Amino acid sequence: MTKLELQKTAVEIRKGILTGVHSAKSGHPGGSLSAADIFTYLYFEEMNVDPANPKAENRDRFVLSKGHVAPGLYSTLANRGYFPVKDMETLRHVGSYLQGHPDMKHIPGVDMSSGSLGQGLSAAVGMALAGKMDQKDYRVYALCGDGEIQEGQIWEASMFAGHRKLDNLVVIVDNNGLQIDGNVDDVCSPYPIDKKFEAFNFHVINIDGHDFDQIAAAFKEARDTKGMPTAIIAKTVKGKGVSFMENKASWHGVAPNDEEFANAMEELQKAGEALCQK
Amino acid sequence: MSEVKKIATRESYGNALVELGRAHEDLVVLDADLAGATKTGVFKKVFPDRHVDCGIAESNMAGIAAGLATCGKVPFMSSFAMFAAGRAFEQVRNSIGYPHLNVKIGATHAGISVGEDGATHQCNEDLALMRTIPGMVVINPCDDVEAKAAVKAAYEYEGPVYLRFGRLAIPVINNEEDYKFEIGKGIVLREGADVTIAATGLCVNESLGAAEMLAKDGIAAEVINIHTIKPLDEELIIASANKTGKVVTVEEHSVIGGLGSAVCDCLSEHAPAKVMKIGVYDRFGESGPAAQLIKKYELDAESIYKKVKAFI
Repeated sequence: MTKLELQKTAVEIRKGILTGVHSAKSGHPGGSLSAADIFTYLYFEEMNVDPANPKAENRDRFVLSKGHVAPGLYSTLANRGYFPVKDMETLRHVGSYLQGHPDMKHIPGVDMSSGSLGQGLSAAVGMALAGKMDQKDYRVYALCGDGEIQEGQIWEASMFAGHRKLDNLVVIVDNNGLQIDGNVDDVCSPYPIDKKFEAFNFHVINIDGHDFDQIAAAFKEARDTKGMPTAIIAKTVKGKGVSFMENKASWHGVAPNDEEFANAMEELQKAGEALCQK
Repeated sequence: MSEVKKIATRESYGNALVELGRAHEDLVVLDADLAGATKTGVFKKVFPDRHVDCGIAESNMAGIAAGLATCGKVPFMSSFAMFAAGRAFEQVRNSIGYPHLNVKIGATHAGISVGEDGATHQCNEDLALMRTIPGMVVINPCDDVEAKAAVKAAYEYEGPVYLRFGRLAIPVINNEEDYKFEIGKGIVLREGADVTIAATGLCVNESLGAAEMLAKDGIAAEVINIHTIKPLDEELIIASANKTGKVVTVEEHSVIGGLGSAVCDCLSEHAPAKVMKIGVYDRFGESGPAAQLIKKYELDAESIYKKVKAFI
């Protein structure tokens, strides 16, 4: 995909996030929007996956360790063709397969159930380990939040991944700087994030998580890195793409009302149209 | 009289893994720096490439096991019951139980028979914790023969299984030649019409001893070995309760949430009978030689005999 196509796709993914969260009247738009460009690049460019065969043995795997941003993952999977985009309207509804947090048993394309913070990375490490044991060349990607890495299990998993030199593993930290209670560095600072992963024997790359050139370069660098796992620390903006949600911790886990939803969709519509003029 | 052969079920666990490992390439064993104690060390020796030491990080081990299972491996994650079921409870619940992954949890050093290490390491709560997880199979074997058969059955079963083993060497009471293990099926070891004794783990042998003493007093106790706490063999328990009218449960576990609770759940709904729960009574254990602790906590044959006699 060209950069422009990726940007357009990301706009559609953002629309799906808002549609789902608005319909559910709950959910997590802030972190879904901050990770939308990373989701887009992973599923439309980086990962070897096939929506027609979501369980293919040699596919690349993705674990959403920050599972509450399920709307971001679901909208990406829907836009990629795993299930109808229209189903985003059933998010969090009784009887819907689109559970509040990723459910691998019922959602095509979800490789691991997650949601309880800190646990997804360990599962991703297990997948990467299985790949090494079986000498398969699939790659494993895990997306963590910068608040999530306050969980000790993240560092247990990182220690193991570094120790085992799992170079088929890429950890992406969505560094939007905010968690429920406020700024991550006010609540309990995880900084310096890059130095921590370095200390656990990761190759570390710092990028702007909304710049597709930097995202592409980072994943290529990760692919070329041998003998150690890679951590990509992606500086992002919480709520990115919806101006009134940007950089506000209050949009972590709150759904827009009808008016806010209409305004947000209009803004995204305009952003999409502007990209079409290019 | 020849000496009774005694083997700790943790030894059985290690030995069974080696045997299964030879036949099944997809079997992987995980440990958290306790391979010597959980006895997975014997597996490590034979299959070093399929033994993963996760270091002292049980929560991560549970997650790694989950990830391995999604890729077709059959992981046996091993640690002390305190850490496998206790420390990693939420990981077992959310990363293994919720997605119903094919992970086996080999939990050794369960109960007060851990002995000298004392209360911090004596897990009397694991059965309670594990049986609340939807879809989790919970097995507590009573001797070497049953433990090895249970490990094999757990491998053959598709889904999460919790296996409880002990540190203490205990008598081998089953005969390897004709022993048959089926998940969820209790075994009547001794028939009787006066009282039902449903026991699990090392308390099965102690209960047989108690039944022997009761017989001398003219009391016929029916002894049932409940090796699978979940799914519980309700049919067998109901039938026996209907026959005897009085039920005693015996377990090396808290009387809250374990076998006794499971039996009460079943009987109160389907066949109300008077039940006495013998187990660890809402308290922590303590340091001491295992055999002495079993006596002190009244889980030995003599104590069971006295309690049952007073009960009926």
